[in-house]
Parts: sequence; structure tokens; C-alpha cells
Amino acid sequence: MGKLNSKIPDGPLAQKWTKYKASVKLVNPANKKKLEIIVIGTGLSGAGASSALGELGYSVKTFCYQDSPRRAHSVAAQGGINAAKNYQSDGDSVYRLFYDMIKGGDFRAREANVYRAAEVSNEVIDHYTALGVPFARDYGGTLDTRSFGGVQVSRTFYSKGQTGQQCLLGAYSSLNRQIKKGNVTMYPRREMLDLVLIDGKARGIIARNLLTGEIERHAAHAVVLATGGYGTIYYLSTLAVNSNASAAWKAHKKGAFFANPSFVQIHPTSIPQLNEFQSKLTLMSESLRNDGRIWVPKTKGDKRKANEIPEDERDYYLERRYPTFGNLVPRDVASRAAKERCDAGYGVGETGLAVNLDFRDAIKKQGVKTIENKYGNLFEMYRNITGINPYEEPMRIYPAGHYTMGGLWVDYELMTTIPGLYSIGESNFSDHGANRLGASSLMQASGDGYFILPNTISNYLSNEISVAKISTDKPEFAEAEKAAVDRINKLISIKGKQSAGSFHKRLGKIMWDYCGMIRNEEGLKKALGLINDLKEEFYKDLNIPCPANELNMELEKAGRVADYFELAELLVTDALNRRESCGAHFREEFQTPDGEAMRNDDEFAYVAAWEYAGEGKQPILHKEELKFEEVEMKVRSYK
Amino acid sequence: MKLTLKIWRQKNAKSKGNFETYQMDNVSPEMAFLEMLDALNKRLVEEDKDPVAFDHDCREGICGSCGMYINGHPHGPIPAITTCHLSMRFFKEGQTVWIEPWRAKPFPVIKDLIVDRTAFDKIQIAGGFISVNTGAAPEANNILIRKKDSDNAFDSAICIGCGACVAACKNASAMLFVSAKISQFALLPQGKVEAIDRVRAMVAKMDEVGFGNCSNTGACEAECPKQIKLTNISRMNREYFKAY
Ligand SMILES: Cc1cc2nc3c(=O)[nH]c(=O)nc-3n(C[C@H](O)[C@H](O)[C@H](O)COP(=O)(O)OP(=O)(O)OC[C@H]3O[C@@H](n4cnc5c(N)ncnc54)[C@H](O)[C@@H]3O)c2cc1C
Ligand code: SF4
Ligand code: FES
Repeated sequence: MGKLNSKIPDGPLAQKWTKYKASVKLVNPANKKKLEIIVIGTGLSGAGASSALGELGYSVKTFCYQDSPRRAHSVAAQGGINAAKNYQSDGDSVYRLFYDMIKGGDFRAREANVYRAAEVSNEVIDHYTALGVPFARDYGGTLDTRSFGGVQVSRTFYSKGQTGQQCLLGAYSSLNRQIKKGNVTMYPRREMLDLVLIDGKARGIIARNLLTGEIERHAAHAVVLATGGYGTIYYLSTLAVNSNASAAWKAHKKGAFFANPSFVQIHPTSIPQLNEFQSKLTLMSESLRNDGRIWVPKTKGDKRKANEIPEDERDYYLERRYPTFGNLVPRDVASRAAKERCDAGYGVGETGLAVNLDFRDAIKKQGVKTIENKYGNLFEMYRNITGINPYEEPMRIYPAGHYTMGGLWVDYELMTTIPGLYSIGESNFSDHGANRLGASSLMQASGDGYFILPNTISNYLSNEISVAKISTDKPEFAEAEKAAVDRINKLISIKGKQSAGSFHKRLGKIMWDYCGMIRNEEGLKKALGLINDLKEEFYKDLNIPCPANELNMELEKAGRVADYFELAELLVTDALNRRESCGAHFREEFQTPDGEAMRNDDEFAYVAAWEYAGEGKQPILHKEELKFEEVEMKVRSYK
Repeated sequence: MKLTLKIWRQKNAKSKGNFETYQMDNVSPEMAFLEMLDALNKRLVEEDKDPVAFDHDCREGICGSCGMYINGHPHGPIPAITTCHLSMRFFKEGQTVWIEPWRAKPFPVIKDLIVDRTAFDKIQIAGGFISVNTGAAPEANNILIRKKDSDNAFDSAICIGCGACVAACKNASAMLFVSAKISQFALLPQGKVEAIDRVRAMVAKMDEVGFGNCSNTGACEAECPKQIKLTNISRMNREYFKAY
């Protein structure tokens, strides 16, 4: 093992996917019913995959830990979903969307996958529209779009500030149709605890019924992980609080390589931390940067109210530094610029860790009604949380941990290094490089689930038709189940004093301080020591009051935090290894004199795919060289 | 600030529940309601006691997981917000706060403040979808929709499925929820072909899983965190009559 074969089809970029689809091996409809597929996750990627696979006739079993698939984390996405429709005739095309993603990702994504994601984006919009997703419309009845950070065209489809919700409800409805037909069996309130391999192939999972604590075995011919991102490793992040890395991590420990774990996007427009009890950070969609202008006072420590500061004493630092893109620079650039101003003493609010996002000019120009139409629910949400009315005073925002570009390594077919194990949506690594372009994740997750995986999986399954239904009585299931039960017992029997949440909070602080928006060698090395110490303390002093055989949320949390300790070590190791700055990964040692990221293409134009080597052992680094055939690796500039 | 919490504790569906009293001494007005419960749970775990179970995930008012009765109101006393968005700013020094689960027959209590809302999924599975296969959709702009219709469909579609409407209703009626779903599709051209089958199937399922009838009290609308309108119910009734 160890060789990475990305299986990228040959031929020109624009024809790879068409050619692939035309030559992929198919499964006879009569055989599909006999083939079972497990899908973990019901976000846009998981719900999309489950319904498309169900429509094709496979027997699908779908899992999620929420009480209903409709609550998967995709529901929280606010801003929008990209497609290359060129409805505005502003020069957009599949190629341009592809190019913006590659450039936005700072040339650390895989060209062929990114092109394909852009290519299927238009079908995604068609499909959601047909499912009844109420996207914004123009007066003539056509679909409306808006712009997002990092681009100069208007290609983002949206449903006010609830795009993720509307798309997810659409995907959930198509899932329901398959549940009704009996093609998909839904298992809510289940958590995947481990992956089961038979003869090196993914053949099933061990799950815990979160209501009863019962441990279950589920078998299938293939397993698809659609388990989302691991941004909650920072504790405070914009993700749903139950988001975690456990399923991907367990797969990693069974042989799936983990790629670029240190690429974690920090989102520039989150509501700042207000107090020490806070459990999460709330995102304010970056679509707000279309109309909101970001500024800080020109004078250090100016404590006047925002509205009392006259125009010529305001520093619109993004417009000043990046005249072409202004407030719409990509997320990493906007985040670092905010941190720079705050660190230099110009931040606003009590903590000084915030900048203003001001709608005064937009309201003057377009009127309250228009602004309300575009962002009404976001404004209300802001007012609920902070008690401040953003129609009258600027919002205060600060960067927060958000989206994980890293994830399980997959090839062009979205298969991991374990045969029969696939990873789609945010849980894989392939499409976003070192920084995700806004509104391209919903697009990628949907594309993976609805349009890509259902094609590529048949290439694998066509060789599995002779494999009879897999029995859960096999020794491999018993072994995996025993290991899962042992892990639970280990956690339960610690009987210390501290809650899982309090360890999570401390781990998150270490990650944010030393491996957050800015990293350096000294800090990263220090973090490794701190993580290890905290992990030891965790295994000595954790407390879980209830038994394992009933609903036990402390046990759920503890299991996830235990995995985060291990992932944290890998994440920091990856950040140490990458001695360059690119996208969201900003190593202080590698920057230009004016503070911009400095890539090192000669040495680091590769995907770092890490192989698990065993408990306490250094992970093994495999490199997938990134070749750019259709674009030139340029210095990313938004000036 | 100091608060007295009266929280419904119930070990599981079969056991009997009762209110337990907890004193909270250090509640900051900047905390969210669920963060206040987090603080209580942290303390309980440190005392080796069973923490209070409640459903939650996004904590952004959008997933619909959270929801509990607080001082007699689903999601608490402030209109148009979910429990996760309820700020402690709205409570007063020394106040007693009563916290209970949704109470409705089709939503049995699972533990403490968690109830089983799968009845909602069953209704949606019965027909809350448009039948179109992946890859078979027409080009999106071939379906023209009047902006007003699309906006209205959106206003119905934003229901988060939290169940507060059911909990608020003296008949445990799910009409607001179901009508929001039906309205969304009724307002859009894509859903027309199946309209009759949809409304029949969803209404039948709603009755079958044990929700009561609407007697126009309007408590659902008053307590809905997403301000879903009663007009949806009239639209559903019209759709229903049309279907027979
Ligand atoms: C606040 C916010 C706003 C965003 N806004 C945008 C936006 O405007 N545009 C955009 O393109 N992107 C946006 N994103 C990113 C985007 O929402 C996500 O990347 C995307 O929705 C991920 O979808 P997914 O299908 O990969 O996973 P998710 O939607 O995260 O779903 C994960 C699923 O996996 C299940 N799961 C996980 N682990 C297990 C386990 N062990 N056992 C069983 N089930 C498990 C969960 O139950 C869930 O169903 C935003 C993200 C956030 C946090
Ligand atoms: S109608 Fe309102 S109260 Fe009822 S489930 Fe939907 S959002 Fe909740
Ligand atoms: S936790 Fe998602 S709506 Fe409250």
C-alpha cells in the first residue's frame, strides 16, 4: 500500500468527465437491487447520493445522528450556491468558475476534480429548481443571482439567507421519495463508530443507536462517507455543535489516507465571541460583503460609537489595500486583514477583536426595503444575538473557524485508499485546495452526491455483483464491534471529574492559538506538546455519569473529543510539514514584505496524504503531485 | 444573575417524570439559553449526576432540533425565535424559569426535554416531494415563476420542523407545519401535477399518526419561531377540497 493513484482520465480537461461517463462500467438494472450501499450522512452530499442511488435501483441504507435527516448541517448554509449558468451575460463560463476555484484555492486543488465540479454545477441548479427549491427570482420570472467573495461575476443562486436550508429540504424531499418507494432505509439517531473491512474492502459499519445505546452491525457492498467537516476541532466555530471528525477518523485508522488536514478556512464574517460560556460562533453570510463596507477607525483605540466617527476618520482597509476586489476579496485575505488591523490596535468593541460591517451607504442608495429583501433574516438574527440593530448601527464581525478543505483523500472516482469506501462533500479533500471559494461547497457537495458518485460507484460495484449479501456474522464484524465496545468502556470507566465539553474547549483554544489563522514553527511544536498533555489528562480525568446502554450525550461527546485529540496531532503535523503559506494556511515565516502569503510551488505543489501508522507512531506522508495542465500557477493577487 | 430553574426530568419514555429544582448563580445576560443549560450540565457532570438531555445542533435557529417549553411558551417568551437564539438578556434577576418538553401525544418524551418527532418525517415521506429523477430536470429558466409566487413559496418553505406549533396547540394539531409544506408546492408550477395526490396523502398521514384537528385558535402562529402564517392552513384546506 502507499501508492496514490488518482485515476484521472487522460485527454483534455473539458472532455475528461464526458469520456469517463461514456466508458464507465455499468451495473445491470436487475443486479442493482442486490447491491447494498451504506451512506453515512444526510447533508446535501449524503441526501443527494442516497436519493440518486435509490432512483438507480440500488438498496441504500442511510444514517445520520440527528433525529431527522432534514437537520443535517448543510441546513445552516446561508449565502448561496454557485453555478456557471451565465444568466447575467457577464462573461461567466464553466472554465471561469473552474479557474476561480483553482485560483481561490491557491493552486492546491486537483484540476480534474475542480473542472468536473464546475461542469455539473448547472445540472445541480436545474435539479433543485425542479425539486421546488424557491430560489430568488427576478420580476420576469427568471432566476436571480448575486456575487460572492473572490469573483467578479454574479453566479451565486440563493434563497435569501437560507440557501442551505432550502437546498437541504429539497434534497431531503427527494430522499423521502426513495424512502417511500422502499429503495432507501433511513436510520436516524445512529452514530457510526467504526468501519468494517473484509479482505481489505469496506463492507460495513458498526453503529450506536443513540436512543438505546445498542451497538448495531450493518453490512453493504460499499460504504459512502458524507459526514461533513471537522471545523469544530476549534470548539468555537461556525459549524453545528455536533459536527465532528469521528467517522472519517475511524476510516483513517483503518487505512484511508487523510489529506491536507491543516487547510481549515477561517471565515471573515462571524459574530465575535461575546463571552466565555459561548458554545459556538454564528456566521453572518459573506454575501453581506456585497453591500456592507468593512472599516475600522483611522485612530488607534478610538472608542467612539461607530456612527459618531466621521467619514474621513474611517479606514475602509479592504478597499484601500485591494482596490479591484475591495470588500469582496476571498475569505483568507479578508480574515487576515481583519486580524492585522485588530492586532495593530484598531479593532472595535469592548474586546477590540472586531471590525465594522456597515450598511449605511447601501441603505442610503437602495433603501431599507431592498436591503431587507436581500438580507432581512440575517439582520434579525444579528439583532437577536447581539441586541444591536444593524439597520442603524454597523454589525461587528470577526473571523472564525469555518470550513475544512482537508479530508479523506479520494481519487477521481471519489474512492478513498480503501477499496469500496467513498468520501463525498466536505468530508473529502479534492476540490477546494487551500481555501474554499464562497458558495462552492453546496455546489460541490450536491454535485458529488447527485451527479458524480452515482456514476463512479458503478465502476466498482460492477465487479461486486457476484458477491452475495454480506453477512454481519463474519468475524470481522465481531472484532470491530468488540473494539468499539472496548473504546466505550474505556471512556466510561475513567470516572474522573471533568466533562468532555470542557476538554473540547481547551483543545479548541490550543488549536486556535497555535494553528488558527496564523501558524509558525515554534507555536506548532508547542501545540504538539500541549495537545499531548491535555490528551493524557483527558484519559485520567474525564467523567461520564450515565451508563452506556441508554441515551447518553456525554458519551457521544467524549467519543468525538477523543478522536479530535488524535486528529489535532495530525493537523498540526501537517501544518508543520508545509513550509509555505497558501490559502488558509498562513505560516508566518513565509510571507512577502507587505504581509501576503508566499507559496512555494517548487517544493509544495502536492497534496499531503497521511497514512496512519499505528498508535503513537509518526504518520507516513505520501505526496500526490499536483499538475496544472490548463492553468498556470500564478501568484494569487486581488489588488 | 441568579435564577431558579424548574426542569422536567424523565429518565425514559416509560418512567414517570417530575420537576427538579436547580439554582444557577452566575448567569450572564450575554449567554444564550442553551449555554445556560450547558453550564448547568457541566456542573452536574462534575458532581457525577446525570445531565439534562435536550436536542440541539446548529444553534443558529435553522435546523429545528432545539425546542422546549419555557415559562409556558414553546421556545420561550420572546416571539419569533428558537430556543437556541433566546438570550438570557430577556430574563430577570431572581426569576424562576420552568422548563418542560413539548407535550403532545404524537411526540412521546424520549428523555428529559427530548421528544420523538418522527411523526413529522412520516408525513413528509407520505408525499412532501416533487417526483423528478436526478438528471431529468429541465433547464432551470424554462420554469418561469412570478417573483411574488416564489417569495410566498419561500415564506412557507422556511418552516424548520421544530414542532412548536403542535406543542402550542390545545388539540396537538400539526396543521401549521403540514400546511406550510403543502403551500410551498401549491404555489410553484413544479408541484402542480402531483398536487391532488400530495395533499390527500399528507393529510391522511397527519391524521393517522395522531395529530388533532385545527379549531382556529391561532396559538401555533403566535408561537412559531419562523412566523409561518395561518393563511397556509386556509390554502391547505382549499387544496384539500379541490382534491376531493
Ligand atoms: C454557517 C455556515 C454557512 C455556510 N454557508 C455556505 C454557503 O453559503 N455556501 C456554500 O457553498 N457553503 C456554505 N457552507 C459550507 C457548507 O454548508 C458545507 O460545506 C456543506 O453543507 C457540507 O455538506 P455535507 O453534505 O458534506 O455535510 P453535512 O451537511 O455537514 O452533513 C453531515 C452529515 O453526516 C452525518 N454524520 C456525521 N458523522 C456521522 C457519524 N459518525 N455517524 C452518523 N452520521 C454522521 C450528520 O448527521 C449529517 O447528516 C457553510 C457552512 C457553515 C458552517
Ligand atoms: S410551522 Fe413553525 S412552529 Fe411549526 S414546525 Fe414549522 S417552524 Fe416550527
Ligand atoms: S439548535 Fe438548530 S434551531 Fe436551535
